Amino acid sequence: WRREIPVSRQPLGQSLTGLSSAVLPDGVDRSSDAFAQNAVATESLLSELRSHVQKVLGGGGFEAVRRNQSRNKLLPRERIDRIIDPGSSFLELSQVYLFLELLAGHDLYEESLASGGIITGIGPVQGRLCMFVANDPTVKGGTYYPITVKKHLRAQEIAAECKLPCIYLVDSGGANLPRQAAVFPDRDNFGRIFYNQAKMSAEGIPQIALVLGSCTAGGAYIPAMADESVIIKGNGTIFLAGPPLVKAATGEEVSAEDLGGASMHCKISGVSDHFAHDELHGLTIGRNIVKNLHMAAKGLNRYPYDSFDYKEPLYDTNELRSIAPSDQKQPFDARSVIARIADGSEFDEFKKLYGTTLVTGFAKIYGQPVGIIGNNGILFTESALKGSHFIELCAQRNIPLIFLQNITGFMVGSKSEANGIAKAGAKMVMAVSCSKVPKITVIVGGSFGAGNYGMCGRAYSPNFLFLWPTAKISVMGGAQAAGVLAQIERSNKKKQGIEWCAEEEEKFKAVVVEKYEREASPYYSTSRLWDDGIIDPADTRRVLGLCLSAAITNHDIEDTKFGVFRM
Amino acid sequence: SSSAPEGGAGKGIEKILVANRGEIACRIMRTARRLGIRTVAVFSDADRDALHVECADEAVRIGPPPARSSYLNSSAIIDAAHRTGAQAIHPGYGFLSESADFAQLCEAEGLNFIGPPASAIRDMGDKSASKRIMGAARVPLVPGYHGDQQDIDFLKLEAEKIGYPILIKPTHGGGGKGMRIVHSPHEFVDSFLSAQREAAASFGVSTVLIEKYITHPRHVEVQVFGDKHGNVIHLYERDCSLQRRHQKIIEEAPAPNVVNEFRSHLGEAAVAAAKAVGYYNAGTVEFIMDTASGKFYFMEMNTRLQVEHPVTEMIVGQDLVEWQIRVANGESLPLNQSQVPLKGHAFEARIYAENISRGFLPATGSLHYYCPVSISPTVRVETGVKQGDTVSMHYDPMIAKLVVWGENRNAALVKLKDCLLKFQVAGLPTNICFLHRLANHWAFEKGLVETHFIDHFKQDLFNDSGSKIATATSAAAKFGAAFVTACICENDNNTSKEKLLGVDKMLSLWYADPPFRMHHSTKRVIELEWENELDSDCWEPLKLAITHVSQRRYSVEFEGSDSSALEITVVPLGEGKYKIDADGLSTNVTLAQYSKDNCNHLHIWHCHHHHHFRELMTYGRSIDDDFDHKPSFEAASRPKGSVLAPMAGLVVKVLVNNGIKVEEGQPILVLEAMKMEHVVKSPRTGYIDGLLVTPGQQVFDTTILFTVKEA
Repeated sequence: WRREIPVSRQPLGQSLTGLSSAVLPDGVDRSSDAFAQNAVATESLLSELRSHVQKVLGGGGFEAVRRNQSRNKLLPRERIDRIIDPGSSFLELSQVYLFLELLAGHDLYEESLASGGIITGIGPVQGRLCMFVANDPTVKGGTYYPITVKKHLRAQEIAAECKLPCIYLVDSGGANLPRQAAVFPDRDNFGRIFYNQAKMSAEGIPQIALVLGSCTAGGAYIPAMADESVIIKGNGTIFLAGPPLVKAATGEEVSAEDLGGASMHCKISGVSDHFAHDELHGLTIGRNIVKNLHMAAKGLNRYPYDSFDYKEPLYDTNELRSIAPSDQKQPFDARSVIARIADGSEFDEFKKLYGTTLVTGFAKIYGQPVGIIGNNGILFTESALKGSHFIELCAQRNIPLIFLQNITGFMVGSKSEANGIAKAGAKMVMAVSCSKVPKITVIVGGSFGAGNYGMCGRAYSPNFLFLWPTAKISVMGGAQAAGVLAQIERSNKKKQGIEWCAEEEEKFKAVVVEKYEREASPYYSTSRLWDDGIIDPADTRRVLGLCLSAAITNHDIEDTKFGVFRM
Repeated sequence: SSSAPEGGAGKGIEKILVANRGEIACRIMRTARRLGIRTVAVFSDADRDALHVECADEAVRIGPPPARSSYLNSSAIIDAAHRTGAQAIHPGYGFLSESADFAQLCEAEGLNFIGPPASAIRDMGDKSASKRIMGAARVPLVPGYHGDQQDIDFLKLEAEKIGYPILIKPTHGGGGKGMRIVHSPHEFVDSFLSAQREAAASFGVSTVLIEKYITHPRHVEVQVFGDKHGNVIHLYERDCSLQRRHQKIIEEAPAPNVVNEFRSHLGEAAVAAAKAVGYYNAGTVEFIMDTASGKFYFMEMNTRLQVEHPVTEMIVGQDLVEWQIRVANGESLPLNQSQVPLKGHAFEARIYAENISRGFLPATGSLHYYCPVSISPTVRVETGVKQGDTVSMHYDPMIAKLVVWGENRNAALVKLKDCLLKFQVAGLPTNICFLHRLANHWAFEKGLVETHFIDHFKQDLFNDSGSKIATATSAAAKFGAAFVTACICENDNNTSKEKLLGVDKMLSLWYADPPFRMHHSTKRVIELEWENELDSDCWEPLKLAITHVSQRRYSVEFEGSDSSALEITVVPLGEGKYKIDADGLSTNVTLAQYSKDNCNHLHIWHCHHHHHFRELMTYGRSIDDDFDHKPSFEAASRPKGSVLAPMAGLVVKVLVNNGIKVEEGQPILVLEAMKMEHVVKSPRTGYIDGLLVTPGQQVFDTTILFTVKEA
């Protein structure tokens, strides 16, 4: 089928004043087998994803949810829905964390931990974007598992980078005691939460805590460290030690409400600032706190754009589901993705004819100018140089960068090495690392080897990093790794004088391939928080827009200073 | 200053003071303005911003809210007329309109009273006297005894002569007070004595008269008009049989199921009645018509312009207020009897603020939303209020009169029903839904009207629980609830977006429709309570889950119901209007919202339904930081056995003291509101406690009047 293209394309050769950006061609063969296969494959990946999402939306399960309800408490996502502006969007991060894999004794077992026991994401309150960190009390009592801590810290990291006020919806039993060694002592463990609160507060990034449930031990520091805090009558408690521990320690018998309830903390201790009759009241007070932040003049409109009347892309964004390859070996043109995320499908390409395996150029997303870098094959020396050049350009001009990662790696072989591919790759890594503009990475295909670095992988701290369900991430492909490892194994065996039969070698290789395959899965990545979530390809434009908005709203322009480029 | 000329040539009326309020004041001013006559309004403190004050060229304050200190205060009104230089006073209806003393005072003060001569008012004001005069003028009277003889045996004999059932009525007063129907001779003595007592208590005069009681009567009245030159004509009759609490609610002209011969007899009798008292200006002669015999009898004459005069205006194509002014100016009637046209049929429905489920008790409150039907040459809306006004306890709770005209009765009735459906009032309980039921009743459609109509058909008109209608009603209410919630969601989305304009443009992406959620749709649960209007104070809970599916599209599910989700598309059209597409049906709806008593009230008009929902207000909407605040309406805070005031009003009488033992149903005190007395009775046997109200005290409909403690 062919779709009608609703907006007339800009004819070429018109008067100069009317000349607008180059419009990308459609670039997709809808009659191809690949198009149809990709659609089917992505659809099945998406339905699997949605069924996982349905599961995590149920929190800690029916019984726990019912118990929560009976205490007049809402679920964390319901709380967020009621505190963000009515009818507004919420960009949830790292949503589908499903299983906790633990090595206990010698048995590997899985424990369900929906969304890691904590919901994080960005949404507007009174027209101001805020970062939400909401404990899910239905998941293991809202206690902090190692992954819970990691997710909390990641949300704070984004908030700190984007200067978003933090709203903590606290309802947690504190650190998960059996896992204290993995939760308590290290740099990026529990204590870092309060360190971050202090540092952000010092930077003028508001820290707001709503105590909607218990807030015990270390958890008590979340409201205590907050700039402003609210506590709910009856449900909210804050104390360093709960009644059982107090009794054990001092023999004092006291009720939870008297020990650390709303009335006590608002009237006597001053640990909390606002008294709320119930959750809805508390959430309303939270909204009012944001209303009174008066940060309105800060950082707005730093990135001028000529008009908000942006054009939607000319081509259906749903077609991204059919562009996402079901087979990693199948190449696709990054421009067909750009054509479906850029305003009016307009893309002004930079160095189009040079280093053609990397596509670079300027576009707008919802009116916001961006520089887009997409892979169209293996990175050669020229492509890496072109990428470095383009990143420098954007850093110079304060234009945010979007990376569309689909990379098998830098070119190998004697010719490439002699060409100084390592030097070229290093330049790109240097440029990516040092540029101070907002960066957002979407892994739309493979993400292998040093290509992951040059294209702003997790280690390069993009403001946001998302995966398509088709993504694969590993240091190299499973087959290549199997080949390399088999070679080493064979030579080892040879040294010991053992002959390796072909059958055994194949078995050995299969194990490696299987392991790589499993570890390259987007679920493997997202469950370890190597990314900020798996997105529907069709949502790419929308998610990019929301992230750009979050990254830009309060962004201060910092001058980029690069290190020494190896010439 | 020159006094107005008494009839004949000379300077005509140039400025009228309207000694009234509400719709009638506005209506009089409208005609005056058309005639180039300036108008003066008078107002009490409660009406400072009322519509009738806005409509006038000038306005004068005449006193505090109670009518006896303002609109019944003749000297203040006369002063106002002198102060503003008005030459004439139009009294409207009610208040001073039938006060012979006031009419006389006006003339004495050199002010032209736009109404009949004081003598005619006086003659017709006394029921016994008027009947004597009518008898002499050969106007048919209900068989009865109207004489001075009050001896019980004598009257009992007279009653037997007339034939039972008979009616005992006080010679003075009205409003049904002190009236007794007697079905057989052995009830006579008791009824007679109690009627006498009540008459003495209510009117200070204990004399009564007896009349034949007509079992199936119709209330038919004739509009008459006379000038100061002795001409009197009639403008046909109106049927005003549809009444509740002895007050008319639907009137029509001409009367249905009446032949022309009867019509002219009736008219002639009315003209004879008016002539007998030397009548001029507008008046109405009321007859009781016996549907069994087809005979009619004189009841009384109302010596003023009536509330329901517009139905007559509609069928004769005349402006009766203009006629009144011209007659007051001394002009002759513009038409003679044979020139009076009769075209088509007209209905008037009176829209009241009242509690149908509490026996039509008057209601008070704020008109949070008021959108009457649009007017046209065939649809009139006579109203004295505007959106935001308060219907107070001081005056009549009528909100508006809806008047429609059609080529014939059927055409007019179709229009009446349509207009009632489209008449939108929210903020206080009204009788609109009830009027619509009346208009839809088969017997009314056939014109089978009589004064006991509502009582007679109460089974059809009130009781619908368990019936097919109830099921259909509750199904429609569910649709209404689904539409309301979809509209709320759509509104919230737009409101948030609108607030942002000009702030940060990129931010508006966060308010795109539908709102973004990662791999799921936004779902919102709204709990509503539906008010079943005719079922006494019944609020049915409804829990709805609304999923925002795509742009302007919502999927609404009812929790705890097996029915499938309803897909609704909402397009806001502005000013509370929306276009709704649901289940293949496209319709326009109106939504009105206001907050009251810690609830968010939602009214929706969709298809031919009007539904009222309330949502318990969460702190999300109204913030109350008061630490120990307890809402006063909390049921728990009331002591057991408390009796609340059934309506806002004035305490007239307190019949018992604290500590007194009372029986269940025993009257404890009397309240008065909107000219109605209401006896508050003990709900059970026990001892009275906490009775603190005293006569003259104002109470509100949540005031605790007293408590009955267990014996």
